[in-house]
Amino acid sequence: MSTRRAAYEARQRRRANLLAGASTLVVLGLLVLLVPLAPGWAAVKSSFFDGEIFARTFPDLARAFLINIAIFAWSVPLIMVLGLAIALARGARAPVLFPMRIFGAIYVDLFRGIPVVLLVYLVGFGIPGLGLPRPWNSPYIWGTVALVLTYSAYVAEVLRSGIESIHASQRNAAICLGLSERDTMRYVILPQAIRRVVPANMNMLVALQKDVALLSFIGPVEILRQAGIFKSLLANFTPYVVAAVIFLCVTVPATRYADYLMNRDRDART
Amino acid sequence: MKTILTATILTLTATGAFAASHCAAGKTLTDGTLTIATGNPAYYPWVIDDAPEAGQGFEAAVAYALAEEMGFAAENVTWVRTSFDEAIQPGAKDFDLNMQQFSITADRDRVVDFSAPYYTAPQAVMTTVEAVEGGATPTMDSLKGMKWGVVASTTALPVVMEKIQPDQSPLVYDDNANITAAMQAGQIDAALFDLPTALFTAAVLMDNGVVLGQFDPSAAESPDQFGALMLEGSALKPCVDEALAALTDSGKLAAIEAEWLQDAVGVPLIK
Amino acid sequence: MPEPRLALRGVTKSFGDVQVLHGIDLSVAPGEMVCLIGASGSGKSTLLRCMNGLEPVDDGEVRLDGVDIAEPGFDLGPVRQQIGIVFQSFNLFPHMTAYDNVALAPRRVLGEDARVRIEELFTRFGLATHISKYPDQLSGGQQQRVAVIRALAMRPHTMLFDEITSALDPELVGEVLDVLRQLRDDGMTMVLATHEMGFARELADRICFMDKGVIAEEGSPDVIFSSPTRKRTKQFLASVLR
Ligand SMILES: Nc1ncnc2c1ncn2[C@@H]1O[C@H](COP(=O)(O)OP(=O)(O)O)[C@@H](O)[C@H]1O
Ligand SMILES: [Mg+2]
Repeated sequence: MSTRRAAYEARQRRRANLLAGASTLVVLGLLVLLVPLAPGWAAVKSSFFDGEIFARTFPDLARAFLINIAIFAWSVPLIMVLGLAIALARGARAPVLFPMRIFGAIYVDLFRGIPVVLLVYLVGFGIPGLGLPRPWNSPYIWGTVALVLTYSAYVAEVLRSGIESIHASQRNAAICLGLSERDTMRYVILPQAIRRVVPANMNMLVALQKDVALLSFIGPVEILRQAGIFKSLLANFTPYVVAAVIFLCVTVPATRYADYLMNRDRDART
Repeated sequence: MKTILTATILTLTATGAFAASHCAAGKTLTDGTLTIATGNPAYYPWVIDDAPEAGQGFEAAVAYALAEEMGFAAENVTWVRTSFDEAIQPGAKDFDLNMQQFSITADRDRVVDFSAPYYTAPQAVMTTVEAVEGGATPTMDSLKGMKWGVVASTTALPVVMEKIQPDQSPLVYDDNANITAAMQAGQIDAALFDLPTALFTAAVLMDNGVVLGQFDPSAAESPDQFGALMLEGSALKPCVDEALAALTDSGKLAAIEAEWLQDAVGVPLIK
Repeated sequence: MPEPRLALRGVTKSFGDVQVLHGIDLSVAPGEMVCLIGASGSGKSTLLRCMNGLEPVDDGEVRLDGVDIAEPGFDLGPVRQQIGIVFQSFNLFPHMTAYDNVALAPRRVLGEDARVRIEELFTRFGLATHISKYPDQLSGGQQQRVAVIRALAMRPHTMLFDEITSALDPELVGEVLDVLRQLRDDGMTMVLATHEMGFARELADRICFMDKGVIAEEGSPDVIFSSPTRKRTKQFLASVLR
């Protein structure tokens, strides 16, 4: 039994879907028809979209991507813990903790100000150059340190903005219940702040997933480097396209999943 | 004697000019000019002081000899710089010839054209004084146990993987400078270069570099040969090959090699 | 006359150059209910916040059971267990259920798992079915009642209320005032800033009319509402009772 309005809306929806489908088809059709007409298409196609090379390099690139995933996986907890520590240090109110505030401020300015790739070089080659023995001079360790330094600085800033965005009355309410500053931060402010910055941090993690590839500059053969090796040996850019596809296979579902989690969180409470 | 030599050069020049009008004419980017690309920067001993215009260094000297052979006077040679990627990317190129120690391989040859080889490079192992003191020797057994580093855009990686088959997987870098840094940081023990590059890197870039040994190029199944890179299907290729053949036959190429790449003697062969 | 629970003498407070409280004298006996009335900006909220030390006073004394808690450096932790406060809005922690909102302070401050007591409080104030809900699943009136329960869970002997019905839709005001009535019956010592004149008149022991940072007039509800002596008091009552 449908109301007049429901019938009208169903009609509108059908019309909208039809239009969306048609315009998508037209755009795709134009792309498929027009791009190959470009004079350099044949060369670009064989250089970037060589099916045989795609199939040949895919397994090795996928294997190399496991290295990216591993570096990412052990970096994230370190980044989160350090970022939180720095954010808290920056917000320290007690005068005794003033040095920590200063340290936090310098840390954030410094490591957000230096391009990641420079830090990867400086830390990845520089610190082991001081004479650390194996395995402590591994580029995996010091490359990770460089990523953690940069990204924890960003995460610290994001968290701090989240902490500051929590209304002062929340803190007042907690203090008036007799909670200590520590407990107020831990149970009242931080849980809200962290939730609020989940989207910003998700973007950060997607960026990190891509920046893991910078470690290749100091030796590790992760996916981008493996693609570069193939490119060099085969004189063809298709391996980069393979790498891009593999990246997308991970980052797109990851961001979608984060969106889903956030929406679910919101829906559960309304 | 001197007059004969002069005469030969004159003849060569004349033949070159003749050849240009018959072979390279109208096949270069700019009529009457030969545009040659090198690396950025270009390294010793291939180009001295990163100044190819001076004709100093092996590749710079070969480039001018080739140009002359094809009928281009020195002042009609223009230099540009490209990376490896620019050299192989699709689309128009801004050079006629690209010379930066490109190894000729079948895979690459499908995408670009190579001239006949102008140099056959022995592969050499660079390591540190400390590694040698620690017992590293130019033997396969010793090499297997080392931690390897190679430059990504060279053919060194497959050589290491297939010939040496090291116990630990190699680390890979963008260029010689990074290999040097990694070796000084103690992250790698050994690196594989062509012999001239190994000699230069060990002597100049490293404080404690040593060339441990070289692979016998004549023994290798597919020797590492450098060719000038050209656009796929380049009309210039026959002219370049012809000119190279002439330089080889006249002994001029060998003379240039002897002048710029001579310190190779004394590096032990790897057993 | 018993010793006052709360006794303020000469309390002054400024925010920057603006002096908000100009020497307040006020004492509240145990079990007494005092209502602060007055125009917006007259200093009611500030006075309440000075009573539990949330705002440090500039000068003067705030004695709680005879102890001056306004002494600079005084440890306010114990004070806050004895004095509960509920604000106009944004009281509850939105990321916790009603129950967790209430249970947090007893657990962290008193080291007590007060589940039974808390469930009794929810039942008593008609919120038993809402105990596991999040604040944004509750109406404004329910939220304010949970905020009261949360303060009560610390077993305070004094409660401060800062216009806790002002942000509510009119039909929700009654259920919150009913809670205050119950507390009154329990003999809770209470200080309220309020605009609910009818409620104040019905239940308060004493009314303090605040004007520009001073208590301009005080007395029993009957006196203040029927025959105020000050002109400002008359004007204010005329404007709100109209
Ligand atoms: N944190 C503060 N900083 C600056 N001024 C404030 C602050 N809190 C209150 N005031 C000022 O103090 C005066 C009294 O405010 P308040 O105590 O909130 O009055 P009421 O609760 O009676 O409306 C007002 O002029 C207000 O602007
Ligand atoms: Mg107020």
